[in-house]
Amino acid sequence: MANYSTSEFRSGLKVMLDGDPCAIIENEYVKPGKGQAFSRVRMRNLATGRVWDRTFKSGENLEAADVMDQDMEYLYTDGEFWHFMMTDGSFEQYAADEKAVGDCIKWLKEQEKYLVTLYNGAPLIVTPPNFVDLEVIETDPGVKGDTAQGGTKPAKFATGASVNVPLFVNIGELLKIDTRSGEYVSRAKS
Amino acid sequence: MLINSMPDTKQNKLPDWRPSCSLEAIKARAEVYASIRAFFYSRVVLEVETPLLSKSTATDPFLDSIQVNLSISTGLPVQAYFLHTSPEFPMKRLLASGSGPIYQLCKTFRNAETGHRHNPEFTMLEWYRPGFDMNQLMVEVSELVSKVLNNAEVVVEKLSYREAFLNFLNIDPFLATDTELIKLAQDKAGYFSSGKDGCSIRDDYLNLLLGVCIEPFLGKNEQGDMEPVFLYGYPASQASLAKLKQDEFGQEIAERFELYINGLEIANGYFELTDAEEQVKRFNKDNENRKSLGLSIIPVDENLLAALDEGMPSCSGVALGVDRLLMIKLNTSSIEEVISFPIARA
Repeated sequence: MANYSTSEFRSGLKVMLDGDPCAIIENEYVKPGKGQAFSRVRMRNLATGRVWDRTFKSGENLEAADVMDQDMEYLYTDGEFWHFMMTDGSFEQYAADEKAVGDCIKWLKEQEKYLVTLYNGAPLIVTPPNFVDLEVIETDPGVKGDTAQGGTKPAKFATGASVNVPLFVNIGELLKIDTRSGEYVSRAKS
Repeated sequence: MLINSMPDTKQNKLPDWRPSCSLEAIKARAEVYASIRAFFYSRVVLEVETPLLSKSTATDPFLDSIQVNLSISTGLPVQAYFLHTSPEFPMKRLLASGSGPIYQLCKTFRNAETGHRHNPEFTMLEWYRPGFDMNQLMVEVSELVSKVLNNAEVVVEKLSYREAFLNFLNIDPFLATDTELIKLAQDKAGYFSSGKDGCSIRDDYLNLLLGVCIEPFLGKNEQGDMEPVFLYGYPASQASLAKLKQDEFGQEIAERFELYINGLEIANGYFELTDAEEQVKRFNKDNENRKSLGLSIIPVDENLLAALDEGMPSCSGVALGVDRLLMIKLNTSSIEEVISFPIARA
């Protein structure tokens, strides 16, 4: 694979460090008036999700990481793997393990599109879309007319996620949820 | 056809021709220049001008001078000249020729230095004070900075290089072993090296630790308010063009200081080396280091050596980054906010 020098480090660039693929977040040039120049680099370790602050001598090279982001549709799980299919018409399928699916597991809905990050051709991270529409399967009965009072109650969805929703919500309703904050947005437009 | 004469806005994207800084910053710069000139006029320090182009340049391995090909007259062969990285050498020649105290406000050039606080072309204020020791010059630097920043109070906090490392990293920079410094660089600064191109010199690790673990906290108090500080007593190996002396622990140190404000390196000063023989030794040492790093050898400035040989008065001198002082004055985080056209728009 190609090598990248510190001067080429840009936000989003994927490189290998300590055996893990990492995404560059920020690169700051540090140089005393007299003395060696360094790059202060903030990066996300894609294997662990941890954010690292690392320092490199200017001109240091890192190997490019074979990392690709692909849109894929979620198909099903066999209990051990979660299966996704490319949406580019190739119908190519990929099996993600529990680690790759991670927190996304509670937002997984069949036929929905997810961003699957492939590392050396295998799923490394599954990222949900910012919003998903989910069906309520368990909640207290809706309180009629209560739309402006505020107040919330817990609701469970078919995917296993639990979200606080307004009091008027009923079982069977389709709700729009923000996956980044895990919060209720609105009733889904059908 | 009309459609062909229409400009394609996507393909012919207009260049980013506007300045990157505000009109307020442009005006502030003009005011700062005026107040610097008034400051030195009132103290009878002479404003001078020296060439930006020179046949020689700084030998420092970590200063990359921009080379230009110049023909003195049409038809004459092209010669290599350098854009200066600071006006130090010709100003010292003026001192040796009897100029008395002098200052210069000029552009300087350093190749491949671009970042939030760097632009390859920047403005430097450099001045020399015959008869001053380092402490006297530090007082004057703080007075100038107070004037430019409109601070009534003159603050002269001082912190030795040793104290700084002890306070922030709990290690004595003079006594620590190379292994301890490497470990600290890895643990505290996340230093990574592929090995083949690692820090080869002890000073690189010290610079890394200073730049990453100490500098961001220098020149401000715990509440984040500005509290300028002079760092002094650098290792002899980082003397550059400063005289050496023994400190109270018997350690050989450089009579060099730096001013930090809000985590920014603002100025670098020396009790100046005046000994021509020692100067030649340091030039040669720099060139040896350059050779080992695979860098070009810099022709030694014979004019400077001849001037030192003739005799330069004992003096202290300092170089101050004017763009960075403007960053402090205007409270900006990026040098682009104080320069009209940074290198990307130049």
